[in-house]
Amino acid sequence: MDPRRSARTVSDPKVRQVGFFTQPPPPDRSISDPPRHHDPIQSSSPSSPPVNDHSPSGNSLSPVMIPPPRHHSDTLLRTALQATSPTTSFPYSARTVTVPQENDDVSSFSPGRRVVSGKSPSSFPGVKASSVPASELTTVSVVNLPPGISEKSGGAAVEVQNDQLARSKPLKEKTSKAERRALQEAQRAAKAAAKAEGSKAPAAASKVGPSANTKPSKAAKPPSQKNDGSQVAPSEKKGGDRAPEKDRKKDAPHPRMQYDDASRVEKAKKRAVVKQTEARNRVELFRHLPQYEHGTQLPDLETKFFELNPMHPAVYKVGLQYLSGDICGGNARCIAMLQAFKEAIKDYLTPPEKTLIRDLTARISSYVSFLIECRPLSISMGNAIKFLKSQIAKLPLSLSESEAKASLMLDIDRFINEKIILADKVIVKHAVTKIRDGDVLLTYGASSAVEMILLHAHELGKQFRVVVVDSRPKLEGQLLLRRLVRKGLSCTYTHVNAVSCIMHEVTRVFLGASSVLSNGTVYSRVGTACVAMVAHALHVPVLVCCEAYKFHERVQLDSICSNELGNPDAISKVSGREEISYLDGLVNSDNLQLLNLIYDATPSDYVSMVITDYGMVPPTSVPVIVREYRREHLWS
Amino acid sequence: MDFQVVVLAGGTSKNLTPLVSKEVPKPLLPVANRPVLYYVLHQLEQSNLKDLIVVVEGKDAALLVGGWISGTFVDRLHVEIAAVPEDIGSAGAIRAISHHLTANDILVVSGDLVSDVPPGAVAANHRRHDAVVTAMLCSVPISGPSESGSSGGKDKTKKPGRYNIIGLDPGKQFLLHIATGAEIEKDTRLQKRILRAVGEMEIRSDLMDAHMYAFKRSVLQEVLDRKDTLQSLKQDVLPYLVRSQLKSEALLNRIPRAEENGNEKVSSQNNQVMVSQILANASTPSFHDLCSVSHDGSAPIRKTHKCCAYIASSSSYCARLNSIQAFMDINRDVTGEADHLLSSISDHNNIVGPSTKLGTKTTVGPHCMLGEGSEMGDKCQVKRSVIGRHCRIGSHVKVVNSVVMNHVTIGDGCIIQGSVICSNVQLQERVVLKDCQVGAGFVVTAGSEYKGESLARKEK
Repeated sequence: MDPRRSARTVSDPKVRQVGFFTQPPPPDRSISDPPRHHDPIQSSSPSSPPVNDHSPSGNSLSPVMIPPPRHHSDTLLRTALQATSPTTSFPYSARTVTVPQENDDVSSFSPGRRVVSGKSPSSFPGVKASSVPASELTTVSVVNLPPGISEKSGGAAVEVQNDQLARSKPLKEKTSKAERRALQEAQRAAKAAAKAEGSKAPAAASKVGPSANTKPSKAAKPPSQKNDGSQVAPSEKKGGDRAPEKDRKKDAPHPRMQYDDASRVEKAKKRAVVKQTEARNRVELFRHLPQYEHGTQLPDLETKFFELNPMHPAVYKVGLQYLSGDICGGNARCIAMLQAFKEAIKDYLTPPEKTLIRDLTARISSYVSFLIECRPLSISMGNAIKFLKSQIAKLPLSLSESEAKASLMLDIDRFINEKIILADKVIVKHAVTKIRDGDVLLTYGASSAVEMILLHAHELGKQFRVVVVDSRPKLEGQLLLRRLVRKGLSCTYTHVNAVSCIMHEVTRVFLGASSVLSNGTVYSRVGTACVAMVAHALHVPVLVCCEAYKFHERVQLDSICSNELGNPDAISKVSGREEISYLDGLVNSDNLQLLNLIYDATPSDYVSMVITDYGMVPPTSVPVIVREYRREHLWS
Repeated sequence: MDFQVVVLAGGTSKNLTPLVSKEVPKPLLPVANRPVLYYVLHQLEQSNLKDLIVVVEGKDAALLVGGWISGTFVDRLHVEIAAVPEDIGSAGAIRAISHHLTANDILVVSGDLVSDVPPGAVAANHRRHDAVVTAMLCSVPISGPSESGSSGGKDKTKKPGRYNIIGLDPGKQFLLHIATGAEIEKDTRLQKRILRAVGEMEIRSDLMDAHMYAFKRSVLQEVLDRKDTLQSLKQDVLPYLVRSQLKSEALLNRIPRAEENGNEKVSSQNNQVMVSQILANASTPSFHDLCSVSHDGSAPIRKTHKCCAYIASSSSYCARLNSIQAFMDINRDVTGEADHLLSSISDHNNIVGPSTKLGTKTTVGPHCMLGEGSEMGDKCQVKRSVIGRHCRIGSHVKVVNSVVMNHVTIGDGCIIQGSVICSNVQLQERVVLKDCQVGAGFVVTAGSEYKGESLARKEK
């Protein structure tokens, strides 16, 4: 497939259709079943080949439709077959091949368990051996089968055991009533056959596997066959279904979680590591965005510190820092995350019987979902994750584990250096050319790129003044202001309320961005749109500084559909001034809804230019960069 | 999570003299019929910390403790016991096992802590701030018998100077000052430098150091190596680290520096600086950063380290068994208000073990605990007390606000109030004890009366 095309398919409306079951279900099992019950000949007509035919035809079957026919046809089939002559046993004998398959599945659990029991003693000496080799230390108590003990040597093996246990259990429980019954009947039949046939059949009874095909046991098979036939087909269908589902996932844009959908929220909560209490009073327009009671998450997560075993400490720390607001800002969050991932990869060991590519991807995904629970991802982080995952997927299989890890860590470093640090340097170089002596530059909030530009221009000896516009509740501008003033820049500080007054003397506006979307919309700290609009109205050029890795192919027209809600308490209280408590006691009232938006979307009309590491471009050129950049990234 | 847990179980503490002995070292002192160490280990086990080092003072005590742990926690915990000589202090104990510490961070818990504060919270706080030390602070428990009338022995057991003065920053996250016990008797000195850097300090005396610390291993080991005089973690090491947080010696910084150097395989030094600067600028700087920056003016060279505090919420229970009064209090609380610490919980507010025999008209009040195999005669009264296993109590006995350990024989007509009676004690008829401690194996002769005394067998 042409790489370029597949890149675009993500936003291609055509592909979305994969999400619906547009194809009418072709005449296959679920529909053809009833007639088959009525006349035994037809039931026998799909002799050996049709069994396999099911898999292609099952492709288009809606998964919802599988279970009812299975039960239904199961009983019906049996009665039908019993009513019919033994001839039916012949066509179905073709299906005997599937019996071992079914039973293999079952029996494969027992080896799994045997591994567990076999290994558990081996983990015992492992624990002992790795105990601190000390004269004074005496091990008085040892854990026999430690669930996730910190022993590094035994850890992996133990994990696998647990995995296997965990995997085998639910699987076993999941066999439906019909399947269990089928199995039982098969065994019973086999037993009966064993009795009848004496010494020949026992093999078949105990191990229905390969001997099932042998002729002597065939007579015994039919009763079990009927059941198995009906039961294998769905499993094949499932297998057939899985493939398109995967494709669908790959092609369609990931549907963003809508938090006003109660059932989905419930489901997500069950998965969640962080205890999330939904905030009660949410503004109607923003119900679809996640909002939690702040203040409950952090202590809860803290208490679970040692219980989250699979989480890497570095990732955990970053998550905590996101949650507590210790790290904010697109670049910083992205760098922190990547560095945490680097740490995690450094300590990563591929569990036995797993491949690094698959397992590490899953591991990273679990980290990411943990981070999302701490705070929704920024677009920059999303892009970085996409990059990392594609790098993992691209790893050649021939690489050894250490080589693969080294190359991944190098990739991460490269990403940080090229896409963030170097990009910032290039942006600074470009932007500085736009600063002339006597300029009055306005900036809003605290953007790392803008700060670098201002500092660099100052170092070059340009004479200019800076207006730092800030807003509650974060007051990030003060931090920026502090750093600028210390470097000796002459600054004016004001809040966004006064932006229309101060804009008259401003000659240029420099803004940072969380992301630039492919229609040129600038997604940034809330208030940016307002500043840009005022500047546009007063014909002051607005320059948005944004690294290209933050670009996104998404199109967004407003700041409603995708946004982030902050802590509502932050706006209802004034930090440092407890005497301002006008809203005390009202916060939980039903009539009051507090809205603390984090981002807003600035339409491209207000943006004169986007300064990025590929140069200074008008906002309309963003999609071009997105396309080129994507290509370079994912298929380089 | 790269944490190593060290439980400082102690040995035969002098504070608890008649109660502890060679046979019953402090970690095995029964609290509600369970050794006090059980509460710590149970708490750690609940937090999925199963790899512990338990440090015990004295070889014999170590053997006893080890035997008990292996009997109780076999298959549940991976415990290693280290015996250290007595009287080397908690810092000395850490020094002694220092070479076994390998993880990045060390969680040091005192073995006499009875608390339901999850250790994970302390550890998480520690990690979040990348602190050198994080100490858990809890509110000072209410001491003395609760609503009951008898409050005689308070003056004796209550230590006058056992107050803590703790200075916190306005965000209640960093520890700015800590002074304990004896230091405060006269006056306490605050460091101007820290005060100036922070601008505002909250001085509190209602908080107590619970002796659960998370240390950065490298720093802890270095401090212990360099300062031989440091004796105790609580009284020397922690105050030292807090005092020096703004002018910490270069040694403390060597470690992060080394890491940075390790990372720069690809990136030039310049890029590394930019990365760290972006990260630093993104977070709200603590006073540490501000202080270090304002001195250099340019790129911040970290000469500071962070000492954090984790303040346990007021709803959680937290107490240390370090005095006889505390022993009484904890016994009272564990059977009373903090009964969730006992996993096997009662039917109606009191715990009566199986196979206990109660005579006619004998009443066992709420917040009581009766060990298994104990027998009581007729018309006894037990109120707010803990009675151990296999005790034989005659008739007309009154036990109020007391702790009676195992295998105690109490004759008819005894009255016991606010006392601790250790194992194998024999009280003959009509003994009256008020606010007494009776050491193990002691025999109180018939008809004697004691008030506020400590009775123990003479050591031979």
